[in-house]
Amino acid sequence: MNPLPLVAVAGNPNAGKSALFNALTGARQKVANYPGVTVERHSGRLTLADGRPAEMVDLPGSYSLEPASPDEAVTRDVLLGRQKGERQPDALIVVLDASNLDNHLRFCLQLIELGLPTIVALNMVDLAKRDGLELDSKVLERELGVPVIETVAVRRKGIAELAEALDDMLSAPFCGVHERVKSDLIHLQRRAREIASAAVISETPVRRWTHRLDTVLLHPVVGPMILAVIMFVMFQAVFAWSETPKSWIEDGVAWLSAQATNALPPGLFRSLIVDGAIAGVGAVVTFLPQILILFFFILLLEGTGYMVRAAFLMDRLMHSVGLSGRAFIPLLSSFACAVPGIMATRTIDDPKDRLTTILVAPLMTCSARLPVYTLIIAAFIPNRRLVWGVGLQGVVMFGLYLTGVCGALLAAYVLRRGVLKGGGGGFMMELPKYQWPPLKDVVIGLLTRCQIFLKRAGTIILGTTIILWALASVPQAGPGQKQSDVSIAGKIGRGIETVVRPIGFNQDISMALLPAMAAREVAVSAIATVYSIDSPDQQGGATKLSEHLQHRWSLATALAFLAWFVFAPQCISTIAVTRRETNGWKWPLFMVSYLFVLAYAFAGLTYWTAVALGL
Amino acid sequence: MNAPFHPEAISLDRLPVGTAARVESVDWAALDQGEATRLRQFGFDEGVTVEPLHLGPFGRDPIAIRVGRMTVAIRRKHAGAIGVTPIRK
Repeated sequence: MNPLPLVAVAGNPNAGKSALFNALTGARQKVANYPGVTVERHSGRLTLADGRPAEMVDLPGSYSLEPASPDEAVTRDVLLGRQKGERQPDALIVVLDASNLDNHLRFCLQLIELGLPTIVALNMVDLAKRDGLELDSKVLERELGVPVIETVAVRRKGIAELAEALDDMLSAPFCGVHERVKSDLIHLQRRAREIASAAVISETPVRRWTHRLDTVLLHPVVGPMILAVIMFVMFQAVFAWSETPKSWIEDGVAWLSAQATNALPPGLFRSLIVDGAIAGVGAVVTFLPQILILFFFILLLEGTGYMVRAAFLMDRLMHSVGLSGRAFIPLLSSFACAVPGIMATRTIDDPKDRLTTILVAPLMTCSARLPVYTLIIAAFIPNRRLVWGVGLQGVVMFGLYLTGVCGALLAAYVLRRGVLKGGGGGFMMELPKYQWPPLKDVVIGLLTRCQIFLKRAGTIILGTTIILWALASVPQAGPGQKQSDVSIAGKIGRGIETVVRPIGFNQDISMALLPAMAAREVAVSAIATVYSIDSPDQQGGATKLSEHLQHRWSLATALAFLAWFVFAPQCISTIAVTRRETNGWKWPLFMVSYLFVLAYAFAGLTYWTAVALGL
Repeated sequence: MNAPFHPEAISLDRLPVGTAARVESVDWAALDQGEATRLRQFGFDEGVTVEPLHLGPFGRDPIAIRVGRMTVAIRRKHAGAIGVTPIRK
């Protein structure tokens, strides 16, 4: 059977490529990696006018076919049919930002030279009009020699026409690409400018929206203040907005647990289902609302174009610790998860800047640590209101995030003066126009994250929880004995405890540390499982969990545990992605050891200080 | 740095915010290859009109510059390699 026809979407960054891709393919998308490199392959299905299906792939945004980053290299190689794991595209859609033709046409000219069947989508014509720019797409069509279709991808304007043109294009025979793409950049750029000015019908100078917004948002004093407020609101929201949906999920888990307890005969199997699977996975799933709220903010900041402004504001400060403003985006993404964060460092051109960013990315508090923080904070920090709208728990949470950030900056500073001395690249970024991201794109982004999280909960977390349950359940305790003293897990925990006792960790924590290597949030389910097994007459679940903790942990221990989690490199996925991104074991091993040392030291400091203060 | 060829030319990092200027020369040799490629990709080239729009809050670095219809941010150091002459209105 012949594979489906493949349509590639290419264009400059910020041309609205992904919005166009979403409009053409809908929500059914697949995200995978190209083999051997960590560049994401976004693909989707498209139904042509005659009912034939086609596959569509969204290539990484590039400025030209001369790659300046691994992403851009993939774009070039796919188009030339040289990329491993990808077939030669049968047709190409080039996306242009209508209000940035001089620049985007250059890459477009280069792409047309390749000789693939090509359609040009003249995108964001509405924004161009808002900026007082009217264009003649017929002139463009004549000059470029390929069909040009005006689109507003975010409003699905022109999408049907585009699909129709694609249909015609795929019906025509096609005879291979030209490898001789040798027109130089300067020449192409001049030609691009000629065509762009020929295509302009009228141009009225208007005060552009983006410029007006930037005078405020990039203001030397007001700008950083707004950034700080946005960050603060984001972290407060993660706490405040999640309360209600979280309690629904908790109720659901409790109900499920009660149902299972009634339905199953008492014994080992019931313990496995109720204490292992339901208590463990349930404890983690309740954090889904918080993770989604965090991702919602990040998607919104990225979609509006604000994220790049944040990088602009932060560049100088980041530069002073040896990072570039470009590192701001990967580091902010690391608040959601270090894995995409580390992958996002590919946009950093300088290798030492990039390596430093990778090494400090795990210090950004990822969403997997939220369950741990939330649990401990809810159990030990009183839910007091400091001033209107600002709660003590939220402030403590903010403090933990801040500690992570300061730790990262400090670590970067030390690394850049030690093992990663020298280098120090630049900061060159396009500041795209502000725009309101279509709700649909945000929803697709959230659904993808939701899916990934639940898949993790259903596989890694469920698996480790069951293993831990088994280790914690055998051998069975005799009368008068505590299960957590006799079991295998208890013995392993006691072994670890000898190492971590000086920093205030008890046996519960020690038992949770090992499975938490699989995924940080497992610490919560591990503790839940252990307690649930220890007290079989009580109902499991997160509501009871905080009461257990209050009885068994001192405040000093709880604080030390939080400090540990700010620094601890407990996540196998992060270690794996670091290995892949740095092509070897040297840097991931370095990362793990320096983070463990930091975690131990800071947990210790916290514990000893707290004890000295009589907490 | 290259002495700017044009008598009135100054380097881009010294151009006041809100002043449009014409690029007279780019000292490509002062930039490493990747940086030079990026600047070219952003459209920096002799004869192009540029205008600094915003300065970073700390040390007035980086600089947001309008190039054609695009706004890009570059560091002061790299702006120093670009010679421009202000356009009088």
